[in-house]
This record gives sequence, structure tokens and C-alpha cells, in this order.
Amino acid sequence: MSDTSIAMGSPSEPLRFHVEGEHHVENGTLLGFWLYLMSDCLVFACLFAAYGVLGRNYAGGPTAAQVLELPVVAVNTTLLLLSSITYGFAVLEMQQNRRAPMMAWLTVTGLLGAGFIGLELTEFAHLISIGAGPQRSAFLSSFFTLVGTHGLHVTCGIIWLITLMVQVGKKGLIPANKRRLMCLSMFWHFLDVVWVGVFSFVYLMGVLP
Amino acid sequence: MLAHPDLTQLIFGRLTIDQLPLHEPIVVGTFIVVALLGAALLGAVTYFRLWGYLWHEWFTSIDHKKIGVMYIILSLVMLLRGFSDAIMMRAQQAISFGHSTGYLPPFHYDQIFTAHGVIMIFFVAMPMVTGIMNFVMPLQIGARDVAFPFLNNFSLWMTISGAVLVMMSLFVGEFARTGWLAYPPLSDIAASPDAGVDYYIWALQIAGVGTLLSGVNLLTTIIKMRAPGMTLMRMPIFTWTALCTNVLIVAAFPVLTAALAMLALDRYAGTNFFTTMLGGNAMMYINLIWIWGHPEVYILILPAFGVFSEVTATFCRKRLFGYASMVYATVVITVLSYLVWLHHFFTMGSGASVNSFFGITTMIISIPTGAKIFNWLFTMYRGRITFEVPMLWTVAFMVTFVLGGMTGVMLAVPPADFSLHNSLFLVAHFHNVIIGGVLFGMFAGVNYWFPKAFGFRLDPFWGKCSFWFWVAGFYFAFMPLYVLGFMGVTRRLSHFDDPSLQIWFEIAAFGAFLILLGILSMLMQFYVSFRDRERLRDVTGDPWGGRTLEWSTSSPPPKYNFAFTPCIHDIDAWWQMKQHRYQRPLQGFQPIHMPKNTGAGIILAGIATVFGFAMIWYMWPLAIISFAALIATAIGHTFNYHRDYYIPADEVARVESSRTELLGHV
Repeated sequence: MSDTSIAMGSPSEPLRFHVEGEHHVENGTLLGFWLYLMSDCLVFACLFAAYGVLGRNYAGGPTAAQVLELPVVAVNTTLLLLSSITYGFAVLEMQQNRRAPMMAWLTVTGLLGAGFIGLELTEFAHLISIGAGPQRSAFLSSFFTLVGTHGLHVTCGIIWLITLMVQVGKKGLIPANKRRLMCLSMFWHFLDVVWVGVFSFVYLMGVLP
Repeated sequence: MLAHPDLTQLIFGRLTIDQLPLHEPIVVGTFIVVALLGAALLGAVTYFRLWGYLWHEWFTSIDHKKIGVMYIILSLVMLLRGFSDAIMMRAQQAISFGHSTGYLPPFHYDQIFTAHGVIMIFFVAMPMVTGIMNFVMPLQIGARDVAFPFLNNFSLWMTISGAVLVMMSLFVGEFARTGWLAYPPLSDIAASPDAGVDYYIWALQIAGVGTLLSGVNLLTTIIKMRAPGMTLMRMPIFTWTALCTNVLIVAAFPVLTAALAMLALDRYAGTNFFTTMLGGNAMMYINLIWIWGHPEVYILILPAFGVFSEVTATFCRKRLFGYASMVYATVVITVLSYLVWLHHFFTMGSGASVNSFFGITTMIISIPTGAKIFNWLFTMYRGRITFEVPMLWTVAFMVTFVLGGMTGVMLAVPPADFSLHNSLFLVAHFHNVIIGGVLFGMFAGVNYWFPKAFGFRLDPFWGKCSFWFWVAGFYFAFMPLYVLGFMGVTRRLSHFDDPSLQIWFEIAAFGAFLILLGILSMLMQFYVSFRDRERLRDVTGDPWGGRTLEWSTSSPPPKYNFAFTPCIHDIDAWWQMKQHRYQRPLQGFQPIHMPKNTGAGIILAGIATVFGFAMIWYMWPLAIISFAALIATAIGHTFNYHRDYYIPADEVARVESSRTELLGHV
């Protein structure tokens, strides 16, 4: 709002009631996307709350300590946290307008994300095969939904990443594409933060006796 | 078809010919009437060759003003449906005593009360509120459109998609029989195996996407796009209430999404969130749904408060009394609305401490609300009040809403609530605040801003007829329910044994009939105003002597709203401009940067409707195909980088000079 002071005028001058010439409005995309992320955060909050209420309702089925395997999750967590760092590198390259290294870092990010999803699906398949599917107990329902919703978000993130790479390939690092890359960046880091919550709240606390 | 039952089932899921309610004469009759009216409408559109006009000027429009008008049209159409449900219930309850079982079987009656609640909240009140915010708010802050014009169009069509699914349930299958919030275990697959609850879930999820995105959009618009000089404490009160409402939408609707998603998983995937077996907990659903549901009622009422503030100041020819206190009251209500949800189920049994906490927070909300009432009263005090139709609605609101607020405080006392819970007293209370608050507010808003949208005023005679029928009808319809509630009559009953109650239900039915006359008068008002539009024409753009920026531009406003972005120095910006004898600039126009129309919104929402329908009827192949199409179309749309254009300066000059010419004739 740099032109506010001009618009006010000094006390001696008459008030000015319109902007002479063109008035440029700030772009609201990043704010809007951030607001959307906060609403998404509330969806996760509800799923966390559901897990908080139902997480110990084993209904005679397997307990969290029995079915959750920390080593697998440790690898998984490492992949996702690393992918956030590599996305950060991609953004640094983007700010330098260096397209090729940026695309390389984005590729690494996508592969790490895909690795995360692959491991998660393996874990889910294993759980279902030993009779610990989402229908077995309220604990498992809330576990699968919380972790699965996060996984679904990461999957969407990967699809979005590929789309953006195609778009950057076609159009280059134009302002619109940079803005989109920043939105995906926020999305990706947001999923990382949510995963830290999942990891601590579901896995670490789950295996406590 | 019969030769391949498996294939039929694969394609059509559980949808069979038996699902069409051919054995229900009322539904068949309704269908015939709707089909005839629909055919007549489509025929007329084709005959007058309006399809191209509708598609290019309205359906694909990203103009916030047109989108706002379309939201309000949706709302009025759905009001007719929701009211038909209401008057059917009132008629049933008035005659269904003793040996007479009335004309509606319980199976049908239960669908009607569910559909009535769902439609009135999600597809009447919400679109009306969103529509008025969409139309008015950007004009009030001196903006040329919203922050995300395409998303705005998409949100509208997703809301319409949800409404279409609810309407479909009338003729294909059935709607939920669970009450408007679909509490489990009744809404679980075991108790409600039919498609009714699935219609409910998918209609609300699809419409919910629209509502949430619209919330994000309008919030960003208010934060980023205010004209220079418009600090937060110089925003018009309606814009303030829109800001708070959209904060509530962004912070509350995700909870609804999550709760309904978990209910859907219970029904589709066999999970155990809310079941009565294997560790599920139905009370969690009830908590979650009200964590959304209570803010929802403030989402509806806050913009109504905003409308009343604008209307009172305009028709009393005075600056609004206590602007700052009005702002703070609005913000306090916004925050408190999150701390009261448990008062909807004091009978859950969470103990005296928890119930006391929520009872007290509920009562505290009446303080900022009371402050608002006093602000309006003090604005009227010694004002030059003109009783135009919007002002009439405002006065009726103040009386009616105070009454509804008082009964709300009564219900906030947990021991009293234990008696009144689930009774007709509760039904009377929330109709008292929603009709007396939200609906009166929206009618005031429609009468107030109609000339801005169309360039002619609404006919005041039929407006006053509508007003008196509605207000009288409201009191006749709902005061008896307070009495019945005290007698212990519970809600959602389709038959009564005690004949001494019948007179009260007959009075209530008479009230519903008066409201019917009110609605018909309103339709008549639209017709007469359109017919006599030359008589009611306003060329000044400021028919009421308004105070805020929307009255500074022409009626209807040009596409770009303002040829030059206004500068703001005062709360009542336009009033101050008039005091300073502000002259519109007549030259020096520049090209204006505007977004382009797009058909992506209606296409995406159309695919979403197909997807919802496929999920409701277990048509898995269709569901997969439509979901993939949805994703592909959305991604395809992001490849369109040419979303804006410039209105050339000479076109702006032409539009503005024609306005100058009109103003010269006044």
C-alpha cells in the first residue's frame, strides 16, 4: 500500500478520492494457498483427535505395540524429511533461475516421495495380510485413516510435482510457474510437519507399553 | 439386460427400477409437476435462443456480481423446495391425531424432515449468504473482482452440484431418514442400508468443497484487495462480518469434511469409527459435527448482522452508532462460537463441570449480541428513519431475534436443557433465530441491494405484503411450538395420540400457510418489479442515499466495478465523497486488467455430480472413470495460462460517458 500516503494528501490539499492511473493489486495466491493449507491442517487435526479418542480401543485385536514396526517407519521418515530438504534445494535453484538443477532436485524429491509411498503401502499390505486391517478395530480404523490420508496427500503432491515439471519444461521459469512451485513447496513442507506429528503421536507413542 | 445380471450390476450398481418411487403417488405427482415446469423452462430458453447468452454471460462468468446473483437464484429455488417440505410437515402434524394417520407414512415423513433441514441450511441459507457476500463485499472494498475469480465460479457450481444430488434423491431412491445431522448409529450402514445417507454424504461433501474454497477466496480478497486507505477499522461493517464469517468457514468446514469422511468410511469400507462394535464411539461424531455445526450458525447470522448494520445506518441517515464496538462484538462472537458446541448435547452426560463451562460460554455470547442490538437501537434514536422494505425487515428482526436469543439463553441452562432437549421448544428456538435472524436479514439484503444489481428497485407494495405475511406467519407458526415444547412434545413425530394438542398444531399450520402467502408475494414482487422496471428505474446508482462504496458506481455496476480505484479516508467512504462534492473523473481512462470467462468450473462440477451419483449407487466403474476425468480435467485446466485480458481504455471511456449522459438527465 505504498500509494496510501499519496492518496491521503497533505492537510492543505483537498482529499483525493481516487487513484490516478492504474492501481496494482497484490497477488493473493500464496496467502490463499496458505489459508487452504490451514483448513487442510484442521482435517488432520480431526483425524488426530479421532486417533486420540479411539487409538487404544483395540477391541481384542492387535495393539499398536504389536503391529507397528519402528525400523520401517524410521526409514520412511528419513525419506520424507530428506525430500523436504531436496525441495528446499530446488527452490534455491529456482530463485537463481537455474532450470536444469532445479528439475534435478525436483526429480529427487519426487523419487523420495515415491519411496515413502511405496514403503507405506508395503506396511499397509502387511498389516492387512496379518488380519490387522482397518475393519478390525476402532484403533486400526483411525490408524489407517490418519496415515492413509497423509499418504494420499503425498500422492497428490507427487502428481502435482510431475505436472509442474512438465509445465516448467514447456513454459520455463515464468512468474506463474514460480508461484506454483512456491505453493507446492508449502504443501510439501506442510506434509512433512504433519508427518512429524504422525510419527511422534502414532508410532512413537503407540509402541510405548 | 436380464441375460447379464452381473454386467447390469457392474454398470448400475444397486440402482434398479424398483428404486424409482413409482408406488408413492405424492412423489409421482411432484415429479410430473417438476418435469412439466422443467420442460417449459428449457423449452422457453431454447425458443428464445437464450442458451448462448446464458452460457457466455452467466454460467461461465467469473464476474463476482453475476456469481453472487446466481447463488441467490439457487437459494430462492431451493427455498421453494425446502418450504414445500415444511408445509407438508405442518399439514401432516395438524391432521395426524388419534385414528387418523395423516397422509404421509413415517418412511416418507422422516425423509421430509431430514431434507427440510439439510436444504434450508446448506442450499438456502448458505448460498444466500455466500451470494450476498460475493456480490457486495468486493464493491464495498473498492475491488474489481475477488482474489481467485475462476475458483469463485467453480465454488458456485460445486454448490449447485450438491443441490442437484439432493434434488435427485427425491425421484431416484430416497433421502436420509436420520435428521439433518445424520447421527450414527442410525446413519450407520447397519441401520440405514439404503442410499439415503449416501446422498446426504456426497451432496454435502461436494457442496462443502465449494463452500470452503469460496471461504478461502473471499478471505484473501478482503485481506489483499482493499482500496488504498481502507484500513481494517475503516471497512464497512458488512465487510467485517464477511471477514469473520469466512474465517469461520475456513476454520469450521474442514471439520464437517472430516466427520462425514469418517462416516462414509464406516459405511463404505467397514471401518469402526462410530459403530457400536469393535471400539467405535458414536459420540465422537456428535462432538465433531457440532464443532462444525455451532460455528455454522454464526457463519449464517454474522452476515445478516452486517446487512442490518448497513440498512440501519442508511435508512436512519446517520452514521452507525458504535462502529468499533460493533467490530469487536463481531470478533468476540467469532471466537466464542468455537467454545459452545457441547450445549447441543448436554444430555451426553459429560458431567456438571463440563456442562457448566459450556452453559456459561453460551450465555456469554448473548453479551456481544446484545451490544449489537443496542448499537442498532442507538443508531435509530433520533435518526430520520424511512421505513422502506429493508428497514421493515430490520425492525422485525430486532424484536424477533431478541425473543429467539432469550429462549437460547434458557436452553443454555443445562438443567432446563435436560427437560427441553429434543423438544418442540428447541425447534421453535432455532427457527426463531434462523428465520428471525438469517432469513429476515437476507430478505433485507436482497431488497436493499437489488437496485444495485439490476438498476431498478423492487416493488415496495408486494415487498410489504411479503413482509407482513412472513412476520405474522412466523409468529403463528412457531409460538405454538414453544407451548408444545413446554408440554413435553418431542420433535420429528408424524403422529400424536393426545387430541388436546391438536389445536396448537392447527395454529402452526395456519402460520405456515401465511408464510406460503409471504413467499408467493415475494415471487409476485420479483415479477411486478421486472414488469414495471421502467417505473422503478434508478439511474443514479445510489437510490437510498447510501454511505458505502458500492453506491458510488453505476447500477448495475460495469464489469470492472470502478473505472478508477477509489481512495478511502473514512468509514462511510461514499458519504464522505458526497459531502466533499466529489466529481467523477470524465477522462484519463486506462485499460483495465480483468480475468477471462471459463467453462472449466461448470465442467468440473458436472463431472463431480456424476462421480457423487456413481458413489451413491455403487457404480464402481463409472466412479473410477469420473474420478479420473475429474483429476485430468483439473490438471488440464492448469495448462491454461491465458486467463486474463485488458478492457481497452476507449471501451471504459464509452461505458463511463454513457453513465455521465444518464446522470445528466436526472
